[in-house]
Amino acid sequence: MLLEVKDLNSYYGLSHVLQGMSLTVYSGEIVGLLGRNGMGKSTTLKSIMGLVRPKSGSIRFQNQEIAGHESYQIARAGIAYVPEERRIFSNLTVLENLMMGVKPGENQYQGGWTLAKLYHHFPFMKDRSAQKGAHLSGGEQQMLSIARALMGNPALLLVDEPTEGLAPLMVQEVRDVLLKINKEGVAILIVEHNLKVALSLVERVYLMGKGHIGFSGSVQELQSMPHVQEQYLSI
Amino acid sequence: MNAIAVMLITQAVHGLAYGMLLFLVASGFTLIFGMMGILNIAHASFFMLAAYVAFQIMAWSGNFWLALLLAPLAIAFLGILMERVMLRRIRRFKLGKALVLFELMLTVGIMVCIEEAVKNIWGTDPQIINAPDALRGLIPCFGMTYPAYRLFIIGLACSILILLSIVLFKTRLGNIVRAAVQDAEMTVALGINVPLVFTFVFGLGTWLAGVAGVAAGPLLTVFPGLANQMLLDSFIVVALGGFGSLMGAFIISMFLGELTAFGVQFFPGYSTIILFGFMAFVLTFRPLGLFGERE
Ligand SMILES: Nc1ncnc2c1ncn2[C@@H]1O[C@H](COP(=O)(O)OP(=O)(O)OP(=O)(O)O)[C@@H](O)[C@H]1O
Ligand SMILES: [Mg+2]
Repeated sequence: MLLEVKDLNSYYGLSHVLQGMSLTVYSGEIVGLLGRNGMGKSTTLKSIMGLVRPKSGSIRFQNQEIAGHESYQIARAGIAYVPEERRIFSNLTVLENLMMGVKPGENQYQGGWTLAKLYHHFPFMKDRSAQKGAHLSGGEQQMLSIARALMGNPALLLVDEPTEGLAPLMVQEVRDVLLKINKEGVAILIVEHNLKVALSLVERVYLMGKGHIGFSGSVQELQSMPHVQEQYLSI
Repeated sequence: MNAIAVMLITQAVHGLAYGMLLFLVASGFTLIFGMMGILNIAHASFFMLAAYVAFQIMAWSGNFWLALLLAPLAIAFLGILMERVMLRRIRRFKLGKALVLFELMLTVGIMVCIEEAVKNIWGTDPQIINAPDALRGLIPCFGMTYPAYRLFIIGLACSILILLSIVLFKTRLGNIVRAAVQDAEMTVALGINVPLVFTFVFGLGTWLAGVAGVAAGPLLTVFPGLANQMLLDSFIVVALGGFGSLMGAFIISMFLGELTAFGVQFFPGYSTIILFGFMAFVLTFRPLGLFGERE
């Protein structure tokens, strides 16, 4: 078991957003976290990443309790985060953005995801390495956000709505990239609104109701239960 | 050379020297604000305190260079203490949006404490710091003479500016600082110990204010109110230059230095009104400053 979230409760001020959230990710798999707007999918990822401090519950990553740890410690433990808004450093160059993903004490040649390898996967980054992040298109920023996360050689990638607002061709590209990354052994927990894309990527899904899991199962199981889809997804 | 040209050039050099001092103070002010969202009202008080610490070191040792070395370090130490002990603690409480206000009040409190402590220790009479012998007198150049000490300040600030730019734009640490100025949360999520970087920037910022304070000593008289003018001018620099923008801070500092120098000559009494009116105007229409980068 790579990641085990159990009975997590997170708040924004007084509003109780995660209410006993639990999920599990095994090494090397892709898991989908789906659900309607405002159910707490992003908050789940932020809580795992330590950006939102859970009030109670446990998060075990590689058999270590990480709930309550500082975000940078969680990142160093091997979890990387690709946020909804991509959050490229717009006044840093493409190369500088990538280098920000390198963990302290490591360098770009270390581990599976070297700069050379990422340039091989994303040739545009090599050609435009000296350009500011602000000058990239939405799709390119998404790719850069993913590549930046990979520079730290994570065991688990948290990806929040990577295809949001992208043209269909770009959606395909992002999907293919995530599959490739997963083939290299990186486990992925993905939040995705596009059901078709999500189901073509993942093996297992969690559907969120308000603040907790309402359904979990394989893609086949979900597809055979239209009433579950109706209850938890906006289709 | 005719008298008017001499007067203009002399004023320009005066303005440049003050602008450079202002930049040293305001660069730390803007970095701290840009990165941590803390408007450290006590920042200019560190500038003033540095001048007093330098005065004391000179009273003991008579050595200006020793004061220039030690006083800024002492000030940086105090700044780091303030960040680690107070500002960091206050962030642990879940104050939400009110945090900014509490931080502001905290820094105001520190400003008042520094001012009162200075009055108690050194009194309210102006103190004099003498420039070292080597920097007294005038230096001839291009058919004119310039006060050596002002040239020294300009040179010192330029060297620091160049060093700062190299660190900020050519090193990993600089990339981290720039990234954290833009998005501290994302930076921390990439595995970087941003709180430690905060402390570094806070220390660097107060060190810069300290250097400026010592350098200003021989130029301006040292008195407790020294912080006030500097605080107001730093405000303008940060507001007009753009929060967190070093380049903007530099340009506005130079502009303000010259405006102060020439304003005194040509329209005394009105330069302050024009300046602060302009600041309010810019804040109304371009709240991120003239050179601020949009997120
Ligand atoms: N920073 C915040 N402060 C206060 N409330 C927030 C904040 N962020 C999110 N919320 C609220 O918390 C709830 C869960 O938000 P969250 O972003 O986790 O939902 P989501 O499932 O990711 O939705 P979406 O599909 O729209 O991205 C929502 O009701 C939202 O309004
Ligand atoms: Mg979301």
